[in-house]
Amino acid sequence: MTPPAGRPAGRSALGTQHRLFWAALAAPGIIWLTLLFIVPFYAILAIAGGQLDIFGNPVAVWNPLHWSSANFSAAWRDVAGASAFVGPIILRTLVYVALASLISLLIAYPAAYFVARFAGRRKALFLILLIAPFWISYMMRMLAWIDLLQTDGYVNKALSFLHLISQPVDWLGGLHVTVVLGLVYGYIPYLILVLYAGLDRIDPALIEAGRDLGLDRVRTFIRVTLPLSRQAILTGMLITVLPMLGDYFTNQLLSGTTGTVMFGNVIDDQLTSSGGVLEGQGAVFSLLFLLLLTAPMIYYVVATNRSSRRAT
Amino acid sequence: MSTAVTKSPAQANGVTGPAILGRLRPRRNPWRHPWFLEGFTWLYLIWSLVPVALAVLFSFNNGRSQSVWQGFSWRWYFSDPVNSVLHNPDLHAAVVQTVRLSLYVTLITVPLGVAFALGIHRWRGPLASSFSFVMILSFVIPELIFGVAMFFVFTKLFTGVGLGSLAEVLALVTWNVSWPALIVQARLVTIGRQYEEAATDLGATPWQVTYRVMMPLLTPAIFASAVLVFSGVVDDFVLVDLLSSNSSNTPMSVYIYSQQRGGNGGPALNALGTIMLVMSFLVAIIGYIGYRWLTRGERGNRLGALTTIAGGEG
Repeated sequence: MTPPAGRPAGRSALGTQHRLFWAALAAPGIIWLTLLFIVPFYAILAIAGGQLDIFGNPVAVWNPLHWSSANFSAAWRDVAGASAFVGPIILRTLVYVALASLISLLIAYPAAYFVARFAGRRKALFLILLIAPFWISYMMRMLAWIDLLQTDGYVNKALSFLHLISQPVDWLGGLHVTVVLGLVYGYIPYLILVLYAGLDRIDPALIEAGRDLGLDRVRTFIRVTLPLSRQAILTGMLITVLPMLGDYFTNQLLSGTTGTVMFGNVIDDQLTSSGGVLEGQGAVFSLLFLLLLTAPMIYYVVATNRSSRRAT
Repeated sequence: MSTAVTKSPAQANGVTGPAILGRLRPRRNPWRHPWFLEGFTWLYLIWSLVPVALAVLFSFNNGRSQSVWQGFSWRWYFSDPVNSVLHNPDLHAAVVQTVRLSLYVTLITVPLGVAFALGIHRWRGPLASSFSFVMILSFVIPELIFGVAMFFVFTKLFTGVGLGSLAEVLALVTWNVSWPALIVQARLVTIGRQYEEAATDLGATPWQVTYRVMMPLLTPAIFASAVLVFSGVVDDFVLVDLLSSNSSNTPMSVYIYSQQRGGNGGPALNALGTIMLVMSFLVAIIGYIGYRWLTRGERGNRLGALTTIAGGEG
């Protein structure tokens, strides 16, 4: 983190005298992150800008001056060319993620709001129950729904008992609603935790002031609580939207048909299923995906830096 | 729903402004308990937890079905000679691999991240601040992209590593190192500089300051981050999915995925999932108790400990 403005660097005796010691402490981490975080991203660039050998396998080119656009144009043909298949997948991914994050927010906010503001003496109980899914593996939670959504599973049994359906629904046969609700179920615990932390931090005096000044419960919420929780909502949305965009397993588990393929599957398939032939294009897609997500990520980093500096 | 007309203090005092709007319809008691919200929260909790409870229950089912209860048995854990977790070599290997990865990664990540956070925090300079940025970036980058980068680096550049356990450990350490770093940094900010400066004034060297003063103060944060890293590795899927190469280095999450996708993997998978769940819960409980013990005598409460253990402070 940069030294706060107004305080000349090295003002403290600790900072100047023993800089070498602190540098030595940080060194292993710096070397590790360089070799295994910065270099790997250069490797993606080298593969994306690389060429194909005579067997059609990608060859990494490490010198940026020799990078070619072969992989890029191949990837672009998949997005927008005559036989494009990626365009509709991107659109579907965006719709899924938009719906899933909106539903998540609508479910998570009231629950987090209740626990933060009204749970009273039972707060610890509610908090344990809210945090519990965080400790249950994602795969186990998906497995649970796969059990329930079988044609002879409890969801169909319950729905036919209530006479809502006349014959069993094949929930796992490629329904959009299953995948979207699966995404909601998968990522909502993270959102709820962030929202709870944000709402819990709001000073109750501010809310009481709103009430005392004559606002009713709904308007206090809209004019006081909601604006104060804006940062938590943004962070929470980012924390759920980013992994949802890169999700490739939820739809595979809950439907597995081509009608519900998401963008993450394109990257995953080009890497693992094509036997290496499409790795170059997979790298290009990863890069494009990364560029697309850079704006919200940088926003997040800046926001966290700002708030941690305020705390100092 | 109550329709009682209870005047708010503001109305009683004749406050104008927004109160005029409020007077147009009867007011409810503003301090009543929000039963609707509470009901909603309970529905959410049922929806989020009951499916998993049922999945755990059916791992003890004495039959293949996951919707018809056929009696209690340990069949899928160890009684069944072929398909139980104990006797099926692939299932068995998945449990062992998950435990191994979690231990190795925690043992490497925590010291690395703590030293990094301490160094970056005090060693001010452009290199330190840019790596602080890189560390936060590694925290928010989508796991799939990071996994792809790791896949390339181990198959094209550091080909000696290849795919398998070593690649998994290296990738998981990099992916998780921001947990201890962020939590320790947050704790360093709360501790402030006065202890360090006092120790230095009394003649302590930086090493003594770190070892004798900072370490004891940072122990709760280090402990909490170890718990988070361990459970994070148990739960991890994307990285190990991309970097595993055969059944000997396939952990539980990937095994469940590969068996379950597009079909029904049978109740032994529920047993595997239940083992994962028990592992995570044990770590969580140890983490909670340990964190409370380490922070005894400090201000703060059990709610704070709960959110810290769940990563609420990161």
